[in-house]
Parts: sequence; structure tokens; C-alpha cells
Amino acid sequence: MGTALTAINGARDARMAQGAKRKLWDRLVRSIFTITGLSSLIIMALIMAFLFREGLAIFQTVGVGEFIFGTAWYPTYDPPDFGVGPLIVGSLAVTFISSLIAVPLGVASALYLSSVASKRVAEVVKPAIELLASLPSVVLGFVGMVIAAPMLQEWLDIPTGLNIFNASVMLAIMAIPTIASISEDALHSVPRELLEASYALGATRWETVVRILIPGALSGMGTAVILGMSRAMGETMVVLMVAGGAAMIPGSIFDSVRPMPASIAAEMGEAPVGGDHYYALFAIGIVLFLMTLAFNLVAAYLSKRFQQKGSATL
Amino acid sequence: MITKTISIQRRRRVQSAAFWSIRLGTGLVVTALGGIILFLLIQGISALSWEFLLDAPRDSMTKGGIFPAIVGTLYLTLGAVAVALPLGVASAIYLSEYAREGKVLTVVRLGIQNLAGVPSVVFGLFGLALFVIFLNFGTSILAGSLTLGFLILPTVIGASEEALRQVPATFREASLGLGATKWQTIRRVILPSALPGILTGSILGLSRAAGETAPIMFTAATFYTLHLPSSVLDEVMALPYHIYVLATAGTHIDETRPLQYGTVLVLIGLVLGMNLIAIVIRTRLRRKKKW
Repeated sequence: MGTALTAINGARDARMAQGAKRKLWDRLVRSIFTITGLSSLIIMALIMAFLFREGLAIFQTVGVGEFIFGTAWYPTYDPPDFGVGPLIVGSLAVTFISSLIAVPLGVASALYLSSVASKRVAEVVKPAIELLASLPSVVLGFVGMVIAAPMLQEWLDIPTGLNIFNASVMLAIMAIPTIASISEDALHSVPRELLEASYALGATRWETVVRILIPGALSGMGTAVILGMSRAMGETMVVLMVAGGAAMIPGSIFDSVRPMPASIAAEMGEAPVGGDHYYALFAIGIVLFLMTLAFNLVAAYLSKRFQQKGSATL
Repeated sequence: MITKTISIQRRRRVQSAAFWSIRLGTGLVVTALGGIILFLLIQGISALSWEFLLDAPRDSMTKGGIFPAIVGTLYLTLGAVAVALPLGVASAIYLSEYAREGKVLTVVRLGIQNLAGVPSVVFGLFGLALFVIFLNFGTSILAGSLTLGFLILPTVIGASEEALRQVPATFREASLGLGATKWQTIRRVILPSALPGILTGSILGLSRAAGETAPIMFTAATFYTLHLPSSVLDEVMALPYHIYVLATAGTHIDETRPLQYGTVLVLIGLVLGMNLIAIVIRTRLRRKKKW
């Protein structure tokens, strides 16, 4: 009998020990996942650390104001000029013009998918727009260079087809899917009973779209537009290949510009590591990073601040 | 009080005008996609051949094929997914299974959103500073894969989290109720149910990595190399960079035009093909959910 009891006790002890081991293992797994869960934050911090580490060195040679507002970018002259004003203006110009094209078309596509198209048509059009989003930027740059530029040059009789307008059209093609798909999500999240109430009062579908659907989805659509613009501003290959590359303040939309990403991509290859030019290109990276970060934070704030939770908050 | 009444006919006319302009706008967008692809197909189809796909460039790149660039892009994208998949799935498991609503989660989500918004050329600068110079990997497959892997991380996290969240809570409860630990539940119940969704996410990441140029310009890609890479510390040719170089640099831009169109077609075929597969899997999944 004594031995039987010991056996039972032994089995129980073993089970408990196994349970304790499982619990310990479980806690270990939890901490591994928590640490990897923070990986995106760690990568963001690393990106900032290395951008600033390499970029801030230029400000020992050039003042911050002189760097940002200077109007001459001649990094390889002797003595060099490190004024990125024209590059910032170039980036703002293509971003603004492309949003004039992308916002109406992106919003129209979202409205089409949510309110106009039949379900069967929407099931074809939606993937088509998603495919547009996946076109590699170098392909759009190629299309802008090889197809659009000669056409523009001939039709409008201008010295070069590589200019703000061409780059903006190509950037708009990249931004439209972003704007369309986020706007469509926002439109779908407007509560159905609001739309039905509007129909019940005798409003037509279009009146319901304008007075109920769009106001209800406005913050989400705002987020969509800002994210689309941020994407256009950070896009590299299109502006590198299509914007023309002249580091000058433009006078018309058919002038060439050299937006910030184009300058970085074009010049990094020939800038000696650890030289002023190299530091200056990283400093442009800082400016670009901060500008897109600001766009993204505003977008995040908009989508959080005005989030609709059911019909009660409208 | 005077109420202004607008006839129903007029209201219908306004509606039909508005809807037609919406249709027109959408038509323009879809036509742009179709037009671009059709044009590239017509121009480039004659350049495609087995020789083009399987040969190395010859005669200072004016003849021959793009085999080294295809191989390079394959290595880089597989490397990127090898980096992003474990990190991304683990992050998604943290977000959907472990994290509780609160300040930490808000900050983590903000981090992921902003990582997704970092311009690709900034990833290139980062990869150059950290991997190529600081860690001394040089211009290499390793440096390029790590850079691209970080770039596609938010895509993989997003798709994986969506897949995990679609696993019904009852699955978790049933497993925990049978005495399984949380880790056993995740490994044996949740991950297998979410696998197709995670697969979709990694295909999307793969295609994004294949098409990116700016992040590999300073970290991995080279203009021309005679031999295929023999280690992860070798630099490689890559399809997107090959297109950029052929189209903008060199003295034979017009002579190599057919090669450029051909390379563009191969890249588009690769990227759109992968996306199409991902979209089909996802649509199937959404339609035939078993639970």
C-alpha cells in the first residue's frame, strides 16, 4: 500500500512539475512575442538614429536656415552650395499638382465602388484598382519617360516633356489607389440605418451620398487624401526619371524640377562617404522623413479623433 | 414660410449627371491601368524569348538577356521575406493575442503606421548607413534583403493580423477549455487557421519587394556583373534597377529600347502575377469561410 501511495504521489508531482514547466515556457513565449511586437518601433528608432547621425554633420558647415531656405544647390562646386530650397519647392509642387489630379479621381472611384456600381462590376473594378497600386514605381517612371514625355513635348510644343506636369500625372496614378481604397473603407463604415433613414425621407441616392454618406465618411476620406499625398511626396523613381532634374525654383508647371528624393537617389552614388555632400544628402533625407512623418501623424490623428462609433456619435 | 420645391425630374437629372461623372472618373482610372499594360505588352512582347530570359547581357548590354537580374531579384525578395515573415507574424501574434488596449498598444500601432509611411529612398539611406557602412556588409544581397525586409514589414504585419483576428474567439476558448496553454493554442489552433491569410500577406510583401528600386540602389544593386552571386555578401543585378539604368544611363539608350520594354514586361508579369494570386486567394477565403 505504501508503494502505491508513493506511485500516486510521484505521478502527481511529475504532473505538477510538468505544469510548472509549461507555465514557465508560456511566460517565456509571451515575452518573446512582446519583444518582437515592438520591432517596428525599434526599426523606426534605428532609422531616425542613423539618419540624424549621418545628416546632422552638415550643419557644422551650413546653418539650418541657410540649408533649408538657400536657393542654390551646387554640391559639387568649389566652394559648394548646399541650399535645398529648390528641392523642397520641387517636392511640394509635384505633390500639390498630383493631388489635384488624384483626389477627384480617387474619391470618384471610391464613390463608384460604394454607391454606383453593381456588386458584380465592383468585384472586377476593385481588384483592377488594387493592381494599379502594385505597379512598380520604376515602371511608371519608364512610362512617363518613354511614352508620356515625347507626347507632351510634341502636343504642347515645349522644350522638354520631363517636367512637373508629367511627374504629377505619374505620381497621381500611384496615389489614386491609396486614396480610393481608404476612402472606400470609410464610406463602408457609415452606418446603414442613416442611409435608409435618408431614403425613407424621400431623398434620391445622390442626395443621400452628398448629405449623409460623404459627411459621415469625411474624416476617413481626409486620412486617405493625406496618406495619398504623403505617398506622392516620398516617391522616388517617378520623380527621378520624369521630373527633369533641374534644381531650380520652377516658374510654370512645364518647368523641370529636382524633388528631394530624386536628388538623393541621383547623387548618392557619386558622393564620397563621409564628405559634406554625403552628409547633405542625409540631411535632405531628414527633411523628407520629417515632412512625410508630419503627414502621417496628421492622418493618424484625423482617423482617431473623428472615428465614428455607430450612429450615436454623428 | 416658403418652401422651395425642386421637381423630382430635376433631382433625378442631377443624380444621373453626378453618377455619370463618377463612372467617367473611375473609367479613366481603369483605362489608365489597362492602357499602360496594353501599351507595354505591344511594345515589349517581341523582345521576350527564352534566350532573353536565360542569357546574360552581351556587347555592353545592347544584346543578350537579363538572367542575372532575374536571379538577383529572386534572391533579394526571398531574403526580404525571410526577414519580414518571422518578425511580421510574431508582431501580429503580439498585437492580436497578447497586447491589451492601452498606451503601449497605441504607440506600437502608431509605429507600424509610420513605418509604412517612410519613403523608400529613406529606407535606402538607412540601409546604406546601417548595413553597408556601419555593419560593414558592403553593397550586398544581405544588406539589400534586410533593407527590403524592413520596408515590407508593415505589409506582412497588417495582413497577418487581419488573418489572426478572423479566427473566431470560440476556437481559442475551446482550446483553452481543454487545458491547452496559450502558446499551444496559438501554435496548434490559431496559426493553422490563419495560415492562408498570412500566406496572402507574404505574397503581397514579396511582390512589393520585387518592384522596389530606391532601397536597393545604394545597398545591393549593381549596374553590371559577369558572374552570378556566390555568397550573400555579393552585389547583384536586379530587374527594377536594370530598367532604370538601361533607360537613363549609358550611350545606347535608343539601341536598348527593346531590352528595356522586355525587362519591364518581365517585372510587371512577376509583380502583377503575384498580386493576382494573392487577390484570388483572399477573395476565395472571404467567400468560403468555413466558420
